[in-house]
Amino acid sequence: MNLTFHDKKISGILTILPAKEIKFEDEMENYNFSAAKSLKLKMAMGYNMHRIVEDGVTISDLCIHGLNYLVTNGLLVKDGIDALILVTQSPEYFMPPTSNFIQGKLGLKQDMICMDINQGCAGFEVGLFQAFMLLEQDEINKVVLLNADLLSQKVSKRDRNSNPLIGDGASVTIVEKSKEPNTIYANIKMDGTAFDALIIPAGGFKTPSTRITAEMIEDAAGNFRSLDNLVMKGDDVFNFVQREVPPMIEELLIRAGVEKQAVDYFMFHQPNKFMLNKLADKLEIPREKMPSNIVENFGNASGVTVPTAITFNLGEKLTKESFLICLAGFGVGLTWASVLMRIEQLSFNTIIEY
Amino acid sequence: MREKVIKILKEIIPDFEVNENINFIEQGMLDSFDVVNLVTALDNEFNISIDGMDILPENFTNIDSILYLLSKNGVQP
Repeated sequence: MNLTFHDKKISGILTILPAKEIKFEDEMENYNFSAAKSLKLKMAMGYNMHRIVEDGVTISDLCIHGLNYLVTNGLLVKDGIDALILVTQSPEYFMPPTSNFIQGKLGLKQDMICMDINQGCAGFEVGLFQAFMLLEQDEINKVVLLNADLLSQKVSKRDRNSNPLIGDGASVTIVEKSKEPNTIYANIKMDGTAFDALIIPAGGFKTPSTRITAEMIEDAAGNFRSLDNLVMKGDDVFNFVQREVPPMIEELLIRAGVEKQAVDYFMFHQPNKFMLNKLADKLEIPREKMPSNIVENFGNASGVTVPTAITFNLGEKLTKESFLICLAGFGVGLTWASVLMRIEQLSFNTIIEY
Repeated sequence: MREKVIKILKEIIPDFEVNENINFIEQGMLDSFDVVNLVTALDNEFNISIDGMDILPENFTNIDSILYLLSKNGVQP
């Protein structure tokens, strides 16, 4: 589905990462691999270290820490927030929405909209779409988009398919109406027939968590996980990404009438370095235009990887300069989405720790 | 080219033995992570980038399938 938005902008991005850092080597003994094989895999996939929250820390802690940082530093006025969108698959409760919980904890005004969106790897793009649509309302001038996930709480520590690549984190993105006319091109597709390519089988109402669902079981590849843990069909997801993402990007650029060379950066979701490098090669994009360094430095925190890629790789540069950026997310759902927009002279573009 | 591929396979699978009758995937000699390491090594050795769409188990079942994959991705025999 093709989408077009007019006269909207991102005015600031903040990433909040746990201060606790775990190195790949520290967890190698959990995996059913030889050390030599693990180290080769580390090189190929770009595993190095990841950020994991301390026990008891939840997404609202990260989000509230980030929002308070912005308010304290004069970068955000609480009463100016007309909508709070939270994209997460790590909610505080099944009910109420975690965005309402955060609104209450922060003491935001009542005259606003809060909404949670259940999305993962494409969560930054889906959140932006929702923000752009809300901004069509006369009464809504500023949307705070929160992306937050704690994948460390869902993945088995003995799952070598997933544990080395995951991370925890949150981001705050301010989305506003733009006084300068602009057009933002986007597209999105979904395939619910492959809903189980990335799934936590138990814990919802369909299969409530029990002692049985918590039992650790070894799979054919030697991974240990329970039905309460995230399970990923790695090969299927890899093939889905290689099959669907390149044509999605090509179509987006053709519709926008933009040559690949004119795009300054391709900030894509970051499952692992290998997958991103293959995407860059397929799209004939120089690898330096598609940073793939988030998994190796912080881990993949689902929809947080794209804003983290922007804050980590562009930082203060994006507070002074202007770049045409192609964003893309792909994964759970299955969902794949992309956005082409100019991002420029942000009020802030940085990373803080919790 | 065959010798280079065998050398790489021996580096990735320490107990690798050349046997034309063995299916590397079905016999469990190569798992998906081995394939990632193999593709990375082949890319580096032959200065190519194997197409992501070609990274399928059936393209890594034996030495001939790997050689065919290399030729498909531009490596001259």
